[in-house]
Amino acid sequence: MGTKPLTVRELSTPKKITWCPGCGNFAILTAVKRAIVELKIKPEDVLIVSGIGCHGKISDYINVNTFHTIHGRVIPFLAGAKIANHKLVAIGFAGDGDAYSIGWGHLTHAARRNDDIVYIVHNNMVFGLTTGQYTPTSPRNFKSRSTPYGSIEEPLNPILLSLASGSTFVARAFSGDIQHLTMVIKEAIKHKGFAHVDVLQPCVTFYNTYQEFSKKIYKLEDSGHDPGNWDKAVEKAVEWPGSGDRIPIGIFYRNEERKPYTEMLSQIRDAPLVFHKIESVDISPLLEESM
Amino acid sequence: MEHELSFLIGGEAGDGIQRSGYIYAKTLLRSGYYVFGYFDYPSLIRGGHNFYLGRASTRKIYSHTEHVNILAALNQETIDRHIWRLSGESFIIYDPSRSKPPENFKGVRVEVPFEEITLEVGGRKIMRNMAAVAAMTAMTGLRIETLTDVITGVFGVEKSKLNIIIARESYNYTAKKYGRRFTLENPSPGRKIILTGNEAIAIGAVKAGLKFYSAYPMTPASPILHYLAEKQHDYDIVVIQPESEISAVNMVLGASFAGVRAMTATSGGGFSLMCETVGLAAMTETPIVIVVAQRPGPSTGIATYTGQEDLRTVLHASQSEFPRVVVAPGDVDECYQRIQEAFNISEVFQLPVIVLIDKYLGESHMSTEPFTREVKIDRGKIASGNKDYKRYRLVEDGVSPRAFPSTPNIIVRGHSSEHTEEGFATPNAVVRTKMVDKRFSKLPYIEKYIEELEPVKLYGHKDAEVLLIAWGSTKGPLLEAMKILDEEQVKVRFMQICYLEPFPTATVQEIMRNHKILVDIEGNRTGQLAGLIREKTGVEIKKRILRYDGRPFSPRMLAEKVKEVLEDGN
Repeated sequence: MGTKPLTVRELSTPKKITWCPGCGNFAILTAVKRAIVELKIKPEDVLIVSGIGCHGKISDYINVNTFHTIHGRVIPFLAGAKIANHKLVAIGFAGDGDAYSIGWGHLTHAARRNDDIVYIVHNNMVFGLTTGQYTPTSPRNFKSRSTPYGSIEEPLNPILLSLASGSTFVARAFSGDIQHLTMVIKEAIKHKGFAHVDVLQPCVTFYNTYQEFSKKIYKLEDSGHDPGNWDKAVEKAVEWPGSGDRIPIGIFYRNEERKPYTEMLSQIRDAPLVFHKIESVDISPLLEESM
Repeated sequence: MEHELSFLIGGEAGDGIQRSGYIYAKTLLRSGYYVFGYFDYPSLIRGGHNFYLGRASTRKIYSHTEHVNILAALNQETIDRHIWRLSGESFIIYDPSRSKPPENFKGVRVEVPFEEITLEVGGRKIMRNMAAVAAMTAMTGLRIETLTDVITGVFGVEKSKLNIIIARESYNYTAKKYGRRFTLENPSPGRKIILTGNEAIAIGAVKAGLKFYSAYPMTPASPILHYLAEKQHDYDIVVIQPESEISAVNMVLGASFAGVRAMTATSGGGFSLMCETVGLAAMTETPIVIVVAQRPGPSTGIATYTGQEDLRTVLHASQSEFPRVVVAPGDVDECYQRIQEAFNISEVFQLPVIVLIDKYLGESHMSTEPFTREVKIDRGKIASGNKDYKRYRLVEDGVSPRAFPSTPNIIVRGHSSEHTEEGFATPNAVVRTKMVDKRFSKLPYIEKYIEELEPVKLYGHKDAEVLLIAWGSTKGPLLEAMKILDEEQVKVRFMQICYLEPFPTATVQEIMRNHKILVDIEGNRTGQLAGLIREKTGVEIKKRILRYDGRPFSPRMLAEKVKEVLEDGN
């Protein structure tokens, strides 16, 4: 790629973007590109994995290494790839259905292991691509094609669950504030360990929350929140969803002391697994044991 | 002088039966004999009946036999359950304070107070299994030093100390009171190894350059996880037990996409959870090796027993249609060899390869010569520094070069949706057809590749009228049954089908044409291989020997069954 600095434009692909005009996904795409450019990361050193749904198309729209996987399995695929080559900047994208419905189990365990990956969730609180069903983050009484009489279920709180699971970086951003979103994504990429970013991203077609969220949102960094304090992070996490009228965004929690998974693996101390020589492995000690 | 010995040691779960059987089998191996050991246990930690059915011979052996020369009983139940295996010349070694043979037992009673000996030298009751093993060692005239060396190897120097004292006491007691009562002929020279199919697969994978192993515990595949976890630092392999089989297989696929040789293993239930990712590997043309160790099912089935019921499952797993490879080794040598081939095939052709074994092969101890057969590592086409790299470039043989993320000047795009050559999603009808054809265009090349790997093996009499057809672990008992049939002048030939997908149709057809009577032998209810043969060749095999009670075939029973179906005129 030469010595010329990378531009956001160079991170585009020829692929025509098919998100609805005004979709919050555009902001996430732009913010990620900006983060890569501003952090001076080479495109060939990035691996992006996306799941199934509108968000999943993001892998077609950005010119880095990508893998478009199946529903709910972004985390294990990305975690495996990261272990195989821990020099990669590993960024996963998932929708709220992907991340919080079918794939929730993986999130808890990635947090527990402290996989060194970034996990950005496009949380629009509705299934978009399957034409508008409720998700685990849809509010109570939410009317959708699969809940025509209104949902009788409570939404889950991804920030709180993530904190409880042991995530070492937990943040929320809003696609309506691209500067702030870019800042959060950059911090998530810089973080060593599991970085979970929940992005409130209104679906203009099935659940447009843009006006409502714009009014309710406030920034944690403006409120003097200390992201080093887990208890305070939990306090902030329970503000919303719930009875509260305001939605905190920003970095809830950051723990830089816990080692990421890949740092604890002595097998990759000298070189990433992918660069290990595999020809002529000596198995004679193993046979010796069997004699 | 006998050329063969068959033994059984049994007790309650928690009595250390498997370890005892293994220690005695290894003592026999170190004394120069070929051995085989089958461990039978229900799915529980304490209580319940466990037994280890072992065998030693001056010749190479491939399975257990049902009858035993020496029965070592740690409890009465062992005698009660297995008395039918004994003859008038058999021995029962037992602790008179615990159990006793029935009045009508015509064989030799060998009373050794296992418990008393153990407690007297300061051992705990649970260590009395070592007294039983030592008594067997004395009865068969093996050297005590051979046994104590094996004990040290198994327990480590510190933990073996007391066990060795118990073993010596019991050995001396038995030798003095009963002497050497069972004499094996002198063994054949040459060093031998003893290992399970699971271990042979793990060692083969290490040899093949395995760098990443992720698996969720499930009997009977867990020993592969245990083995690799133990060796991970010696070979710089990352071994991880994630939250589910779904996670395991997707981690493996991610690691493979990033460029390393990666593998997972499971049993049928776990494999059911992995199915979606088998298709993902196929669609994205990402290499993956999955070991499926069968047990009887469906659902939980009988967790710790054996079966060959998942052939159809692995042949058809995941939606749609795509090329895949299924290989079923039949013994430890084949496990070691086939797993290496599996890695090569998965990378050369960029598709899922399933290695199908079962509990009997995976967990039984088998002896063989130390592995020497080299399978040269072939990682297939790998691109580097190509500016117009396209992950799914349309090429004549359907295999577009792989590239790994972080290759300079290359962007790699894998896609689970139908995709263009560049790896962008597309619903385009023309591209769709081309891409399906691209993936299938590998097929004739795979078939040619597999032809070189001896996909079908033949044993026995070339000019026999009868052709016995089997796959996987049935090989062992069948080879033994053929020894019996030979003695009884029943001439048969045995065709072992190792590669089941792509099916070696022409070879199988050719061989079947040369035999008048075809017999299918399988560990399932419906004759899955027979069905496959009919699908591929049009030949219906009516004579079938099927077992699906969770137990492996045994040589004597198989020989009888073969004679039975041959007598049946149909």
